[in-house]
Amino acid sequence: MTIHVEGHPITAREGDTVSAALLASGLDVRRATAVSGAKRLPYCMMGVCFDCLVTIDGVGNRQGCLVPVAEGMQIDIQKGKREIGK
Amino acid sequence: MSAVPKHENYDVVVIGAGPAGLAAAEMTAGFALSTLLLDENAGPGGQVWRAINSTPVKSEALLGSDYWSGAEIAKAARDSGAEIIHRATVWSLDRNLEIGVSVGGGSAFIKAKRVIIATGAQERPFPIPGWTLPGVMTAGAAQTMLKSSGLVPDCPTVLAGQGPLLWLLAAQILRLGGRIDHILDTTPRANYIAALPHAFAFFTSPYFGKGLAMMREVRAKVRVTSGVTELAASGNGKLESVTYVAGGKRETLPAELLLLHQGVVPNVNLAMAAGVEHRWNELQLCWTPVLDAFGNSSIAGIAIAGDGAGIGGAQAAVWRGRAAAGSAIKAARSNAKVSDVSPQLRRAERGRAFLDVLFQPAKQFRIPQGDTIVCRCEEITAKDVLDSVAIGATGPNQLKAYRRTGMGPCQGRLCGLTVTELMAEARGKTPQEIGYYRLRAPVKPIMLSELASLPKNDEATKAVVRG
Repeated sequence: MTIHVEGHPITAREGDTVSAALLASGLDVRRATAVSGAKRLPYCMMGVCFDCLVTIDGVGNRQGCLVPVAEGMQIDIQKGKREIGK
Repeated sequence: MSAVPKHENYDVVVIGAGPAGLAAAEMTAGFALSTLLLDENAGPGGQVWRAINSTPVKSEALLGSDYWSGAEIAKAARDSGAEIIHRATVWSLDRNLEIGVSVGGGSAFIKAKRVIIATGAQERPFPIPGWTLPGVMTAGAAQTMLKSSGLVPDCPTVLAGQGPLLWLLAAQILRLGGRIDHILDTTPRANYIAALPHAFAFFTSPYFGKGLAMMREVRAKVRVTSGVTELAASGNGKLESVTYVAGGKRETLPAELLLLHQGVVPNVNLAMAAGVEHRWNELQLCWTPVLDAFGNSSIAGIAIAGDGAGIGGAQAAVWRGRAAAGSAIKAARSNAKVSDVSPQLRRAERGRAFLDVLFQPAKQFRIPQGDTIVCRCEEITAKDVLDSVAIGATGPNQLKAYRRTGMGPCQGRLCGLTVTELMAEARGKTPQEIGYYRLRAPVKPIMLSELASLPKNDEATKAVVRG
C-alpha cells in the first residue's frame, strides 16, 4: 500500500506499523526533540519510549510504533516544539 | 475502526494480551464469567509472541518452538467467549476498579468486579553515553521488527549487553540472514561465581539446554567479546561508532546500528497509578508489586499476572495468568471447581534465581555519570540530577520540580529506575527509602477532546461549576 511521508509517496507493507514502515523506507525520518532539537529515531518499538512520536493524518504526538499503516496515510516528521493549532 | 466495549460492566477485565493475559481471559471466560480483554497492540501475543497471527516469518524453525507455542493459547483465548479488543489503550485504573480506555480516538469508562493487570515487561533502561542517538535501539525493538515485519539489520551492527534475550535475538537475526558484526557481552565476571549456588535448579530446568545451544549457534558465526566494562555510542546526529573497554583495553568499532539489552523489568505505570503497593526488589533491581500466591495485590479486586508481577518469563506468565484467573473465578463462584496450578507455576519459575543473579547488570550500566542522559524525554543528564541533589532534591518527586525528569511523554518509563538508583547512591539511602515517581492517570497520552466528550453525571458537573 502507499503512504505519504512529508508528501512523498512510499510503499509500505500491510501489517507494518508506521514506525517500521518509516525505518524501512530508507528516508531520513529522524524527528527533532522539543527540548533541544536533537535528532531521534524510535528506540523501543513497543510503546514505552515515545521516541517514535510522529504526526499521523494531522494529529501530532502519535506513537508510530503502535499504529498500523493504512492506505493513503499522511505522515509528517515532528521537528522541534509543537505549534499552536497543529 | 476498532470496536468499543459492548458493556459498561464486566465480571473480569484483563489488561494486556500477552501470555498471562491470554491464559487468564481464556480461563475466566471458560467459567462463564463475562470477560473483557483489552490490548494496546494490533494483535494478540504481547512482546514474546508478538504478531503471532500475522508474522510474515512463517517457517517454524526461524522463530523457534517457544514462539509458536503462543499460537495455541491465542486461539484458545479467541474461542473462549471472552470479548477481545485490540488497539485499546487503558489510560486509567483506580481502586474502585473503574477503567478508562481509549479505542479508535474515543474514550469510555467501564467497571469490573475483578481486574487482572497483565501489562508485562519493558526493556531495562541502558543509560550509556550516546544512547539517544538515532541508530541506537533496544534488542526488543529489533525483535519486534523481526517478528512483525520480517525486517533484519543489513548495516554494520553491534549487539551489546547481556541476558537470554540478547542471544535469542542474535540467533534469530542470523537465521533470517541479517547482519551482526560484533557482540559485546557485559555480564560481570563476578556474577558467574555469585550465581553458582543457584546453578543446580537452572541446570535441571528446560532453559539450560536451549540457552547453551543458542549461544553455540551464535558464537560459531559472530565475533563475541566478553567482560565488557565500559560502553559508549558516538556520532554526529546518528550512530557512527561504538567504543568499549574489555580487559582494560579500549576499542572502537564502526557501527550504524547498536542494539542494547540488559534484561527486562516490570511495566509498573498502570499498577502504580492504581495505587498498587510495590517494593524494591534487591535481586531483580526493579520495583515489583506486593502480591499473594494468586497475584492478588494490595488493592481488593486487582491482581497482577505475568512479568508485571516480577520477571519470570513466558511459561511462568501463562501459569500466573491461570492462578489469577482461578482466584477471580473462586471469588465470583465459591463452589467452582478450579484446579490448583501452583505445582506448574513452581516448575515454570525453576531456574529463575540463577538467571537473576548471573545477569544482574553491573552498576556502571545502571547508574551513569557526567553528561550521560538519564531522562531521554527532558534531556536531563546524570550531572544535572546530582546537582539537584546537592541543592536539596530529596527524591524522584522533588526532582520533577527541579528538572522535569519523568514528566515527558514516557512518564518515567525510561528514567525512573535510573533516577531512583542514582539518587539513592548520592544520598546514601536504599532505593526503597528513595522511592519512585508518583504515577497518575492518564498513564498514556490521550486527546483532551476524548476527556471532554466523556459522558458526565450531575454530581461531576456540580463539582466544578461555581454558585
